[in-house]
Amino acid sequence: MSSSALADFKPALVYGTGGKFDKSFNESAYNGAEKFKADTGVEYRDFEPTGDAQGEQAILNFASMGFNPVVALSFAWKSAVEKIAPQFPDTNFYIVDDVIEAPNVQSVVFKEEQGSYLVGLLAAMKSETGTVGFVGGMDIPLIHKFGCGYAQGAKAANSDVSILRNMVGTTGAAWNDPVKAGELTKNQMDQGADVIYAAAGASGLGVLQAAADDEKFSIGVDSNQNYVHPGSVLTSMVKRVDNAVYDAFKASQDGTFEAGVNRLGVADNGVGWAYDEYNKPLITEDMLAAVEKAKEGIISGDIEVHDYSVDNTCPY
Amino acid sequence: MNAANAPLPGWVTFFLMPLLNLGTALLISGFVIWMIGQNPFEALSVLLNGALGSGMGIGFTLFYATNFIFTGLSVAMAYHAGLFNIGSEGQAYVGGLGCALVALALDQYVPWYVTMPFAILGAAIFGAAWAFIPAWLQAKRGSHIVITTIMFNFIGAALMVYLLVHVLKPAGAMSPETRGFAAGGQLPNLDWLMAMFGSRLGPAPLNVSFIIGLVMCFAVWFLIWRTKFGYSVRALGMSKTAATYAGIPYARTVIITMLMSGGLAGMMALNVVMGSADRLQVEFVGGAGFVGIAVSLMGRNHPLGILMAAILFGILYQGGAQLSFMMPQITRDMIVMIQGLVILFAGALEFLYRPALVRIFSRRQSLAEA
Repeated sequence: MSSSALADFKPALVYGTGGKFDKSFNESAYNGAEKFKADTGVEYRDFEPTGDAQGEQAILNFASMGFNPVVALSFAWKSAVEKIAPQFPDTNFYIVDDVIEAPNVQSVVFKEEQGSYLVGLLAAMKSETGTVGFVGGMDIPLIHKFGCGYAQGAKAANSDVSILRNMVGTTGAAWNDPVKAGELTKNQMDQGADVIYAAAGASGLGVLQAAADDEKFSIGVDSNQNYVHPGSVLTSMVKRVDNAVYDAFKASQDGTFEAGVNRLGVADNGVGWAYDEYNKPLITEDMLAAVEKAKEGIISGDIEVHDYSVDNTCPY
Repeated sequence: MNAANAPLPGWVTFFLMPLLNLGTALLISGFVIWMIGQNPFEALSVLLNGALGSGMGIGFTLFYATNFIFTGLSVAMAYHAGLFNIGSEGQAYVGGLGCALVALALDQYVPWYVTMPFAILGAAIFGAAWAFIPAWLQAKRGSHIVITTIMFNFIGAALMVYLLVHVLKPAGAMSPETRGFAAGGQLPNLDWLMAMFGSRLGPAPLNVSFIIGLVMCFAVWFLIWRTKFGYSVRALGMSKTAATYAGIPYARTVIITMLMSGGLAGMMALNVVMGSADRLQVEFVGGAGFVGIAVSLMGRNHPLGILMAAILFGILYQGGAQLSFMMPQITRDMIVMIQGLVILFAGALEFLYRPALVRIFSRRQSLAEA
C-alpha cells in the first residue's frame, strides 16, 4: 500500500449505548482499536452515542467524512447501517451482533451460546446450593442466547441445578443500570443462588459488586472481568469484540474486506472462558478438566449448544 | 416610571432582547470552552459551519427545527390559555403510535400522499388523547396541569415501551422498534427545495413535515389572533375570573385548548417516524418536547418567534453534534451545557436586560420629546 493511501486510511468506531468504559462489551472494542493503533500507528476516530438518533448521525457523519471502515458496534445500529450503507457503496461497514445483507457490510456475530455453555458448566460445578443465577441486560433474543447456553451448560454439569433468570430492562437503558442489576442479584442470592452470570454490559458491574459484597461468586461478560473483584469473579465469558474490531480495521487496511456474515465461536477463539491469576484459586482441577473437555466437545461437534436465536425458544 | 412594565419598542422586545440573551449565553459558553483549553472561536465556527455550512448541515438543522416547531407551538397554544403544558414530550411520543399505526396499515397499499393525511390525523388524535385526561382533570377537578402532564410523560413512556417490546416488535428482532415502513409510509425529503438554492440535501432527513410545520405556524397564529375561539383562549389566559364573568366557558375552553396542544405535539412524530426513521423507535422524541418549552418561551409564544427559536435550537442541536464530533475534547455534556445556558438566558432570564433597556430607551424618548 502506498504511503498516500495509508494516510487516507481512516477507520472509525461507533460504540453501543452502554458507554465506552463499561469494562465489558464496548471497552473490549476500545481495546481492540487501541491495539490496532499501537501496532500500526494509524489513528482512528470513535464516538459514544447516548441515544439511537445520535448513533445514526455518527455513522452517517463518519461515512460522509470519508472514514473507512465504519464499525457499528451494537445491534442497535442495524437500521441505521441498513439505511446508510447503500448511500456509501465504497465504504466498508461492519455491524457487530446483528446481520445485515448488503454488498458492503460485514456482519460479525458471535456464538455466545458456546462460551456461555462453558461458564454455565463451571457455575453449576462451583455452586454449593444447586442454584445458579443469570442477570441479562436488555430482554432481547441476543441475551436469551447467553442465558440459554448458560442453562444448558449448567444442566450438563448437574441435571438437578435450578437456574434463576432476570433481565434488567427492555430498552437500551438496561445496558447502563448497575443499581437495578445489583438489586436483581441480591434477590437471586436471597433465593439461594451462589453463582451469578451477568450478561448486561455496564449493568453487569452491579452484579459483580453485589456478589462480591455477599461473598458469593459472579461471572463476568465480554471483556475479561476477573480482575474486578478477585476471589469473587469465578470467570468471565469473553467475547473477543477486541479481535473483531482489530480484524475489521486490519482487513480494510489490507484491502481484504469481505461482505457477508462472520460467525465466531469457541473454535475461532471468538468466545471462551477466562482463566488467569485472579481466578486460578477458584477453579479446581475437576472443573478445569471438565471445562476443557467441554470445549473440545464443542469444537469437535460432539456437544451441540442450542442457539436461541434460531428458533427463539430455550429448551433448558 | 416602573421599569418592569414600561413599554419598549417592538423590535427591542422581540429582536434586541433575545439577541442580547443569546450573546450572553454564548459568551459564557465560550469562556467555559476557553477554560478547558479549547479555542472558543474555533468551536463557534465549527458549530456554525456544521449547522449551516453545507446542504446536509442545513437539512439536519431544519429537520431538528421541525420537531421544535411542533412542540413549541404545542406549548404556546396551551400557554395562551394560561396552561403550562409540560407534557408535549409524552404527547409526541404517543402521537408517534398513531402515526405508526396508520403507516403500518397503509404503507404497502397506497402512495405516501394518501398515507400522509391519515397519519397526520392519527398522530394528532393520539397526541390529543394523551392530553385529554390532564385537561379534563384541570378543568373539572382543579388538578394542576403541570403535575398531571409531567406524570403522563412517564405513563406514556412506559406504555410505549410495553407496546414496542411486546406487541409491535417483529419476532426475533433485537431493537424495540416496529418493522420498517414501505415506500407508502415514507415522507419524501425536500431535496428539490435545496436544489432551488443550488445545494444538495445529501442524506439529511429534512422532509415535507417541515412544510406542514410552517402551515401549522400560520394556522396557530390565525386561530389565536383572528378567531373568536382564539380570543376566548387569550382572555382566559389573561384572567380566568374575568373570562368566566364575560361568559367564556372555562372547562370547555381548557379542554379544547389542551386537545389542540396535544395534537400539535403529536404531529411532531410525523417528522421523525415517517420522515426519517421510517419506523417507530423507542424514545424517538429525544427531549424535543422539553426543548419545545424553551422554544416557546424564547419565541414569546408567537408562531413567528417560535419558528425562529426552533431554527436557533436546530442550529444548536446539529452544530452541537458536529462540534462534539469534530472536537472530541468538547464532550456531549459540554454541548448540553451550552444548550442549557441558552435556555437559561433566553427562557428563564428573559427579562435580565429589560430594566437597563427601559432606562436607555425612555431617556432617548424623553430627549426626543424635549
